[in-house]
Amino acid sequence: MTPFSLIVTLLALSSAAYWFGRRRAIASVGPSRPTSVLHSRPTYHGTLMALWCALPALVVVSLWLLFEAHIITGLVVNALPESLQALPPERLGLLLNDVRNVAAGNTFGGTPEPAISAAAVHYNALYARSADMLTGAALSIAVLGALWLRQRIDVQLRARNHVESAITIFLVASSLLAIVTTVGIVLSVLFEAARFFESVPPLDFLFGLEWSPQTAIREDQVGSTGAFGAVPLFAGTLLISFIAMVVAVPIGLMSAIYLAEYATPRLRNTAKPLLEILAGVPTVVYGFFAALVVAPQIRGFGQSLGLEVSSESALAAGLVMGVMIIPFVSSLSDDAITAVPQGLRDGAYGLGATRSETIRQVVIPAALPGIVGGVLLAVSRAIGETMIVVMAAGLSANLTANPLQAVTTVTVQIVTLLVGDQEFDSPKTLAAFALGLVLFVVTLLLNVIALHVVRRYREQYE
Amino acid sequence: MSSSEGDPHQAAEHPRSHWESAEFAVLMKKRHRSEQLFRAMGLGSIAVGLAFLAILMTSIIGNGYSAFWQTHIALEVDFAQSRLDPDASGDPEVIGKANFGGLVKRSMRAAFPDVKSRRDKRALYKLVSSGAAFQLRAMAMDEPRLIGQKLTVWVPADDDIDMLMKGYVDRKLPESDRRINNKTLAWVDKLSERGAIEKHFNITFFTAGDSREPELSGIHGALMGSLYMLMVTLVLSFPIGVGAAIYLEEFAPRNRFSDFIEVNVNNLAAVPSIVFGLLGLAVFLNFFQLPRSAPLVGGLVLTLMTLPTIIIASRAALKSVPPSIREAALGIGASKMQMVMQHALPLAMPGMLTGTIIGMARALGESAPLLMIGMVAFVVDVPDGPLDPATALPVQVYLWADSPERAFVERTSAAIIVLLVLLVGTNALAVFLRRKFERRW
Repeated sequence: MTPFSLIVTLLALSSAAYWFGRRRAIASVGPSRPTSVLHSRPTYHGTLMALWCALPALVVVSLWLLFEAHIITGLVVNALPESLQALPPERLGLLLNDVRNVAAGNTFGGTPEPAISAAAVHYNALYARSADMLTGAALSIAVLGALWLRQRIDVQLRARNHVESAITIFLVASSLLAIVTTVGIVLSVLFEAARFFESVPPLDFLFGLEWSPQTAIREDQVGSTGAFGAVPLFAGTLLISFIAMVVAVPIGLMSAIYLAEYATPRLRNTAKPLLEILAGVPTVVYGFFAALVVAPQIRGFGQSLGLEVSSESALAAGLVMGVMIIPFVSSLSDDAITAVPQGLRDGAYGLGATRSETIRQVVIPAALPGIVGGVLLAVSRAIGETMIVVMAAGLSANLTANPLQAVTTVTVQIVTLLVGDQEFDSPKTLAAFALGLVLFVVTLLLNVIALHVVRRYREQYE
Repeated sequence: MSSSEGDPHQAAEHPRSHWESAEFAVLMKKRHRSEQLFRAMGLGSIAVGLAFLAILMTSIIGNGYSAFWQTHIALEVDFAQSRLDPDASGDPEVIGKANFGGLVKRSMRAAFPDVKSRRDKRALYKLVSSGAAFQLRAMAMDEPRLIGQKLTVWVPADDDIDMLMKGYVDRKLPESDRRINNKTLAWVDKLSERGAIEKHFNITFFTAGDSREPELSGIHGALMGSLYMLMVTLVLSFPIGVGAAIYLEEFAPRNRFSDFIEVNVNNLAAVPSIVFGLLGLAVFLNFFQLPRSAPLVGGLVLTLMTLPTIIIASRAALKSVPPSIREAALGIGASKMQMVMQHALPLAMPGMLTGTIIGMARALGESAPLLMIGMVAFVVDVPDGPLDPATALPVQVYLWADSPERAFVERTSAAIIVLLVLLVGTNALAVFLRRKFERRW
């Protein structure tokens, strides 16, 4: 059975178990007594039986599927001839890919080597056996679980409490997933980054001024020594983010002020959702827009002024990224401004201040922590933004502050290093994880600082 | 103004009141001007923001709407028995192996009998798409009784001809600067005189997978990939997100550990999406050895990415259910779990669904983490399940945006239009749900 049909069968079995459990509970009361003598309503007995039927089997199925590929690959490698087993890991990986291709029936016209076709046959046989074993194991566990519970159903069984604790376990597990994800991110990035730092010292990486992630295939190759100094990437990221913030902060802040303080309800109700559309547009669309429309315009305009403008200028990417971030800044500032109590404004008006004076000297200072927090979150978003820069910024790692030149960013390099075929032990690939680590740490710090600013400096009213 | 108040001479010169003094009038004028300016700046910023939106939309729609039509050329095709199925076997295998490319070429030669030289002939054949032969083959295989008949078939034109017909090729340019030379122009003009070249609705765009030929490429494969991915994401993230929200909001004791979970959720919401891609690559692909380019893995990564959104929205929804409802349920003897599941949860459900739909819309438009897990591949076949190699709609946009052909610019924009229509649809659904079921307590 395929895993999908196996799961469907298990779910069908478990619905049947629900029905049997319910009936069994009602039958256990006997004809002479009312069903209210049951500790729990019969539905809970049914649910409990369905859980006992499906859950253990599903746990087995998911663990099995998670580790199946690992174990079978290991078995296939062990069955390979000695000479092939002794290959270096990356060659072995390629060989295993061939085995998988042959096993799936893709011979690409040629006749595979006998060792590989033997391994492919072995591979298919192992998978077939594994599928049979899994089906047998899962179905028998399901039936056994249901039968075991059915036997225990009687008037005294605290079915509701059992079901409720099962639900509680699910709820706790769901919320623990957030921690598991964070730990997963940290570990996966740290682990690969540590391997990278074995070949490139962390200080060279963080403070090196040259980035050219080429590693040699042969020893004597020209330009074989890769340079992994990430400063040009950091500078490029900061340059583009800075341009984005120069666009987004004034426009976002001023529109938030206007919408919160001046606009009629009608204008507010139309303009605010319209601005928020900008946040809902997928970033790949902005990237396309930047590369197709904005970059040529800027280039043409710059050339008409006699300036040398790269077709992948930092300005184009930063400008478009700024547009994307406008609604982000404006909605967070809007929240902060509307949270300022009306009494403060009334006090300022009472002293004779105009509306703009009230806003500038009373409302904004009071809302400042929220606004600063919002801007910091926007910066962290700009730094982590990927698609716009991948499509509109360049690949050349220039260390420059000129917004008309092409620069590259951390995210662009992660994408270029990891898209396509990779071998998992070259510093070139692992460098992407080191960059990912830097990205994760920086955005995390920015978020923590933003939250801290909001909490620490927030004016408490009442 | 405070300085003028403290000035004793001021009162002597202006016996009535310094409020009416000339200096004060100047000051007031200045203050009002700055008020006007400030206001105009606010209005201007909104206008700039909306202008960006308008430019973005018009440039995408202006570039993309023409891709929904495709130029077709009418061919007089002679499905000659002698060439396709000489033994009249009617066997699809024999028909499938026949030379349909030759059929297309013969029809083109018959349409322009005066084209003689080999080079010109080759240029002539390039008027129609290389997909024309496949189209004829599919026709003959579907309906073997066509063999032996002559009929007019509309086949897709080559993408350069399509661009010419849509007006993207400037005829006034010197021949050497144009993608289409004068001879071809003359042929196309002759075809349009005969009424043998027309624009039809581009069905291929919605039924085909990716292709190197713009006129044969479509978004069906990418759409299905996105659909499978979103299904995986929805099935996983909705129950887990709601479960986590219920625990954090209703059950979690107020202690360090619960705070830690909360901090984690809030931080994950702000982690760049590409980092989730790195996680997917390291954990799902390298450790668990799940297949590359599979919507299943994409769905798992997007689940982790959208979970914080769903958790935060669901908690807000639960928070808005008034405590009196919980107390009433507990008061008539419900257990805490019954109270949550049978009273608080149904009342919070509309808000949770809205949050989930918004999370799904974000997942639909996301592409950066998918690049990391190999969903950026040239996939011609439409995927049949969550384990087949596939791309997603935004990734397809990214792939086409990189293609040099002019016709792909238009198709990229068209794919974006489809993506935006889907996003508007999902968001409208969320707004509708909120309007219909939202309760004010």
